[in-house]
Amino acid sequence: MALDQIVDGLSEVSCDVLVIGGGTAGPMAALKAKLKNPKANVVLLEKANVKRSGAISMGMDGLNNAVIPGYATPEQYTKEITIANDGIVDQKAVYKYAQNCYSIIEELDSFGIRFLKNENGDYAVKKVHHIGTYVLPMPNGETVKKALYRQLRRARILISNRYMATRLLKSTDGRIAGAISVNTRTAEMLVIKAKSVILCMGAAGRLGLPTSGYMFGTYENAANSGDGYSMAYHAGAALANLECYQINPLIKDYNGPACAYVAGPFGAFTANNEGYRFIECDYWSGQMMLEFYNELLSGKGPVFLQLKHLHPDTISEIESTLHKVERPTRGLFQQGRGVDYRSESIEMHISEIGFCSGHSASGVFVDHNARTTVPGLYAAGDMASVPHNYMLGAFTNGSVAGIDAMEFADNHDFAEFDAADVASERDRVMAPTKREDGIPPNQIEYKTRRLVNDYLQPPKVTRKYELGMRRLAEAREDMQERMIARNAHELLRALEVQSIMDCADMAVHASLYREESRWGLYHWRTDFPEKDNENWFCHTLLSKQDGKMTSEKRAVEPYIVPIADEEKDLYDKQRIRATA
Amino acid sequence: MPLASYQTSVPVVVDDAKCIADKGCTVCVDVCPLDVLRISDMTNKAYMAYDECWYCMPCEADCPTGAVTVNIPYLLR
Ligand SMILES: Cc1cc2nc3c(=O)[nH]c(=O)nc-3n(C[C@H](O)[C@H](O)[C@H](O)COP(=O)(O)OP(=O)(O)OC[C@H]3O[C@@H](n4cnc5c(N)ncnc54)[C@H](O)[C@@H]3O)c2cc1C
Ligand code: SF4
Ligand code: SF4
Repeated sequence: MALDQIVDGLSEVSCDVLVIGGGTAGPMAALKAKLKNPKANVVLLEKANVKRSGAISMGMDGLNNAVIPGYATPEQYTKEITIANDGIVDQKAVYKYAQNCYSIIEELDSFGIRFLKNENGDYAVKKVHHIGTYVLPMPNGETVKKALYRQLRRARILISNRYMATRLLKSTDGRIAGAISVNTRTAEMLVIKAKSVILCMGAAGRLGLPTSGYMFGTYENAANSGDGYSMAYHAGAALANLECYQINPLIKDYNGPACAYVAGPFGAFTANNEGYRFIECDYWSGQMMLEFYNELLSGKGPVFLQLKHLHPDTISEIESTLHKVERPTRGLFQQGRGVDYRSESIEMHISEIGFCSGHSASGVFVDHNARTTVPGLYAAGDMASVPHNYMLGAFTNGSVAGIDAMEFADNHDFAEFDAADVASERDRVMAPTKREDGIPPNQIEYKTRRLVNDYLQPPKVTRKYELGMRRLAEAREDMQERMIARNAHELLRALEVQSIMDCADMAVHASLYREESRWGLYHWRTDFPEKDNENWFCHTLLSKQDGKMTSEKRAVEPYIVPIADEEKDLYDKQRIRATA
Repeated sequence: MPLASYQTSVPVVVDDAKCIADKGCTVCVDVCPLDVLRISDMTNKAYMAYDECWYCMPCEADCPTGAVTVNIPYLLR
């Protein structure tokens, strides 16, 4: 058969709990669901291959947010995350994470994933955040995926690789009924009926365009094209605070961090061209990114990660992590350019924009049980709204979702969906394959993402957003009327562009709705430059109502860990006043 | 609109002498998160079919014979 030849076909299967996305949160959700009810059927659906999919494809350098007894308390962590997010946090979910994450670390340890310990056998946690101590290195971080995969096999989770989910199915009374997916190599469609569904499809990583010239050279795993956000939106679920973008400080031209989380605890720091520190704390927050941005524009840039002042042995130790785990091409990149950390600082830059609660705060709205606003539909990891999740948050909240979703499945029968929904989705999916002539997906994607860079990248200017909206609408029309896919692989890309376009529209809508500035660079609106607590100390929820994109305010739940007035703006004071 | 193809040098190189795809191996094709590798109908060896690489390296790490090399893509070298 010719390469990626299109096969027209449609089949249907059913399961109790369907987990979509087998990166980080997904495997843990599937595992916990299955362990809760070993007799039930759990399907893990993955666009790539669970063995090597997601942000942790090659492993991870460490846990960025471990709340470990003796180093930090759930109260301290909840407080820090609340302050780092300008107060717009429902603390219950963060607090629950902080309470549960230690037992997940112990469980990961029992899977064979090792964490750094000191001479006394205690976890050797490092300080990177502004206030508390939460970073725990993983000396064999490259084993994460293998260890997880072993557990999935042992628990007999049914894994379906190379299926891309495209839409959710619901019953007329609004309950989740399953999902529709497409085989990425044959274009055959598969309908999966399920009693509950967990979305773990990662960040919207292909929203902005990297400056490297490669559309797939994104910070996030480029398979994460925002399909989860788009599916949740079309299913009527609410999405929270999408205007709070994710923007990262990365190595210039390379799509990985420099990385201060690894090197900072050894004494490395972010410096300007004069060799001075200009930010108090290297922990990624919107406020920190704003200072980074200001420094780049001030004439004092470029900005560097400086570690040449460290002992050569220390640098070798840092290199052994940075160049081996997580993003191993980082070492190749530096080698190719002849950058030796012993004599040269690492030039850094600002990444393209995306959505990701892993590092930022936006996503499909979930409560402390990982429930979305659609009954039976759950979300966890980078695409769910619990802020600053990182990898341990994906595991911990994936676990919460898995257990609750199985409970839901145990108490409900299959919901009935309308066959017409499947038929219309089939038409939408296959449309680009039916055209003889048109525009290939890569060009529509490039144009969309170029528009995102030109018009949506902060600072956010209302007029630019309005123009961006018009240009995006034109690109959408081309996408809907003229896009072609000549084989199954191109169809995969054609479907991804549709998610990217939805995410771009949501980014515009959410950003225009919040008429203030908040979260530093992430939502800096030049037309509303001040933080306006009186009118905007709230979440924003975006959803599809009567077929239209709509935004509304939602009150921040009363805090369970109080924040004193003098602590509230600790993250606003990032800039070091006198550098000389 | 007529289409033309666009020249691009791809970052992933397979050493045909080492690749055992002709004996049934498909490991690199299986693990790639972006699904950009294929086995050639002509040579029965693995190759990069689509220039959509995340330069993440599972293909190189998991190849049983060490046939795969991931290079930094030219534009960001
Ligand atoms: C380069 C990098 C470095 C990082 N470093 C650290 C670190 O050192 N420490 C730390 O704690 N955190 C780190 N993080 C963050 C952490 O890795 C993530 O927060 C976490 O892994 C996210 O898990 P997830 O399950 O939400 O997403 P992922 O692990 O990305 O999984 C999402 C999965 O969904 C699949 N998928 C997407 N769309 C579909 C679809 N339509 N149908 C089916 N499947 C689909 C994808 O293929 C993927 O497997 C880093 C992230 C990156 C990108
Ligand atoms: S994994 Fe290695 S041996 Fe196997 S097909 Fe790929 S290149 Fe060939
Ligand atoms: S480096 Fe990653 S994306 Fe590129 S071919 Fe190898 S596995 Fe695929």
